[in-house]
Amino acid sequence: MIDMKDNIKHFLISNSVPIIFIALSAFAIPLSGFSYGYLVQEMLTRLARNSFLVLSLLIPIMAGMGLNFGMVLGAMAGQIGLILVTDWSVVGIPGLVLAAIISMPIAAVLGYVCGNVLNRAKGREMVTSYILGFFINGIYQFVVLYLIGIKGMLRIPFTGMDIRIPVTNPQLVLSRGYGIRNAINLTGLRHALDNAFQFNVPFGSAVIDIPVSTYALIAFFCVFIVWFRRTKLGQDMRAIGQDMAVADSSGIAVERTRIIAIVISTMLAAFGQIIFLQNIGTMNTYNSHDQTGMFSIAALLIGGATVSKASIANVFVGVTLFHLMFVVSPMAGKELIGQAQLGEYFRVFVSYGIIAVALVLHAWKRYQERERSRRGLRGEA
Amino acid sequence: MANGEPLLRVESVGKEFFGNRVLADVDFSLGHGEILGLVGENGAGKSTLMNILFGMPVIASTGGYEGRILLDGKEVKFSSPFEAIDAGIGMVHQEFSLLPGFTVTENILLNRESTKYNPLVEVFGERIRTLDRQGMKKRAEAAISEIGFSIDTGTFAAEMPVGHKQFTEIAREIDRLNTKLLVLDEPTAVLAESEAEILIQSLRNLSSKGISMIFISHRLQEILDLCDKIVVLRDGRIVKETRPSDTDIFQIASHMVGRNVEASSASRPSRPDTEAILEVDKLWVDMPGETVRDATFSVQRGEIFGIGGLAGQGKLGIANGIMGLFMAGGSVSVKGLVIKLNDPAHSLSRDMAFVSEDRRGVGLLLEESIDWNIAFTAMQVQDKFVRKLLGGLVKWRDDAAMRAATQEYIKLLDIKCTSHKQRAVELSGGNQQKVCLAKAFVVGPDILFVSEPTRGIDVGAKKLVLDTLRKVNEERGTTIIMTSSELEELRSVCDRIAIVDNGRISGIRPAAAPATEFGLLMMGSEPAVAGSDVGGGDA
Repeated sequence: MIDMKDNIKHFLISNSVPIIFIALSAFAIPLSGFSYGYLVQEMLTRLARNSFLVLSLLIPIMAGMGLNFGMVLGAMAGQIGLILVTDWSVVGIPGLVLAAIISMPIAAVLGYVCGNVLNRAKGREMVTSYILGFFINGIYQFVVLYLIGIKGMLRIPFTGMDIRIPVTNPQLVLSRGYGIRNAINLTGLRHALDNAFQFNVPFGSAVIDIPVSTYALIAFFCVFIVWFRRTKLGQDMRAIGQDMAVADSSGIAVERTRIIAIVISTMLAAFGQIIFLQNIGTMNTYNSHDQTGMFSIAALLIGGATVSKASIANVFVGVTLFHLMFVVSPMAGKELIGQAQLGEYFRVFVSYGIIAVALVLHAWKRYQERERSRRGLRGEA
Repeated sequence: MANGEPLLRVESVGKEFFGNRVLADVDFSLGHGEILGLVGENGAGKSTLMNILFGMPVIASTGGYEGRILLDGKEVKFSSPFEAIDAGIGMVHQEFSLLPGFTVTENILLNRESTKYNPLVEVFGERIRTLDRQGMKKRAEAAISEIGFSIDTGTFAAEMPVGHKQFTEIAREIDRLNTKLLVLDEPTAVLAESEAEILIQSLRNLSSKGISMIFISHRLQEILDLCDKIVVLRDGRIVKETRPSDTDIFQIASHMVGRNVEASSASRPSRPDTEAILEVDKLWVDMPGETVRDATFSVQRGEIFGIGGLAGQGKLGIANGIMGLFMAGGSVSVKGLVIKLNDPAHSLSRDMAFVSEDRRGVGLLLEESIDWNIAFTAMQVQDKFVRKLLGGLVKWRDDAAMRAATQEYIKLLDIKCTSHKQRAVELSGGNQQKVCLAKAFVVGPDILFVSEPTRGIDVGAKKLVLDTLRKVNEERGTTIIMTSSELEELRSVCDRIAIVDNGRISGIRPAAAPATEFGLLMMGSEPAVAGSDVGGGDA
């Protein structure tokens, strides 16, 4: 009896975050007055848009490195690819593929740097990768604001060598001749992937578009993750994730494996950011990547993942719940208080708040589990 | 024993750590399929010997070792544990190195998994091979059945009883095809008796298959039951090499403890019984590495009470638990009143003080001056060295009183320092320890807990510390409860000594009892000697 109570309590504790969000949604959906057809369409679009980014977080968690706030590095790499492709006017699927090809090596280098830094900050990976994101953001801004522009304006003294990355499209470049504009219209790439193979399904009175091609890519990636867990490399990462010292003493190259985990995650994040932006259709040069990291991590945590454990199911549950709140809360706020603005505040409040709450819950849960596991060692208790 | 060359021959191996000799002239040999029992007190040199055998980096980085080690007749000198493993030496550690979220199979085959080819290997290399789950399961099962045991290979390590964890560890070593020599460091320490028996049986099985073993244990009965030969180490030397048929527990214990038994008979005059000042009933303390499971004893007013036992058995946990530093339960009463556990301030307010074994961590504010260190506890708990203004609304530190008290103790304890303002971190270990003692004396406790008071300090300081404790006990009537790893030290200072084994009090003896009796209590075997006051601890 006590055992069962204990088990139920354990279940509730370990799934507390998604349960809270399901309850919140159940309250807010009727209040918002949205039709179910609209909500389903929104969720399908947003799942297609965000899932890949969130999935890219799974591998570092498996390797015990926590939530990879450093995924924004990958997002930046993806954006650089998109800027160049837009300038070259390569459109459609070839444009996306080319953007991916450009961004992959950049992401790999950034991931390698990040992995090396994190190896020097074992046990503090999350805060380190978070701050590293700011640092690399500075470099990104330097590149995008200064090093990209019309050819021939930035020469190394005495050599005549031009080091500016040439971008000539006046719609991209600031009027001063170098630096990228704040908002970029990705006209040629907009929905290139989503529309490659789309399927329409009638849902009640509405018709719902399903971007099958994007989902196919996501499904392929899920299969990849499942398969990856079964490889020797995946097994090594799991071992490292549980106990670095034990893994090390059994001869696993701990540091190298951790770097590989971060490199994979960063490259996938670059790819994810490209999928994300082709769906949105416009790119916010100086902000898109920041939001990406925060929202992806919030979504994963809402899905019931923790800093040390995350599954593919967590990704989809999390993206759905998080974006449901996202869509519903402004309207619910408006209906409730008469101001959509408040719902908007709630949205921001939720996304930052949930990360804080999830981290606190994680610490608390770990404490509970430690107590639970030590109970046997203590007297009668 | 075995015909021809023995598997392992250790020839006059010795080792010094910074001029401090810990091993000298160790010679023994081990034949194929033989089991060698290695016994000795803490610090006798067992771990150092195993570290040498295993090529631990700590040995090379402190100047290597003397003598030779021959494996199958060839001299070996390993520079890393991995080389030792390659040469066929397996080690089962005292603490488990299992991954909690891995199954038995995954743990046994950690980093030696069976894998299958897939085309991506051509691009990404060997590490992208997929695991062959079926093959792994077969290998794990084979290794387990080799030991003569059965566990479900799909169980997670986190969910297994300790006994099964130990078997998994051993199976991991067995799976290495070339393992010829298995070193087991206290493998039964965490096991229940029935589990230990199964383990012993399994080890016999293995040795009959030609695997040699070095078995380190402080449970002497096991050594006698299992081993083909027994080597007793004391102070870094082999004092006895024998066969189980030629000896018994009593002899081994006396070889281990071995020092001059008469020396301490001139310890303390016997004192009349007084009323109990501290009563401990079914105390448990969750101190990592020093878990106390069930301790029951009582200490008389004015007594010096010793707590001894081997490392990791829980002797240090008792004082830490009573003083509220680690999670504890059970009941402790001081002068007849039950105290609140897990609350250091409360324990201190009940006229108890504690000199911690963790001098630099718990004992001292390293960056602060001597006078601050000495006055700190008294100031916090008793409002000593405090001047009150406005009827206690504002409290000032009374520097003059602090200086006076500090200077008194500097003189009394002969603390070598430049002034009372010197920072604690700059003092030597012995002088730091004296500051810790002064800090406790200033509180003027009725009960003083002292843990490992002489650890890591030189001989002169040692004598002074022990003499001071004695003096405080005689002059102020302070009851002292002293925890120490050094039995001789306890025997020279204490009235009675409790020995802790496996988290329980295995017996309490007057300090004048023979050393072998204490030795046996440490080994967890209650000697059949009647008459002395055995207190509590019946498991």
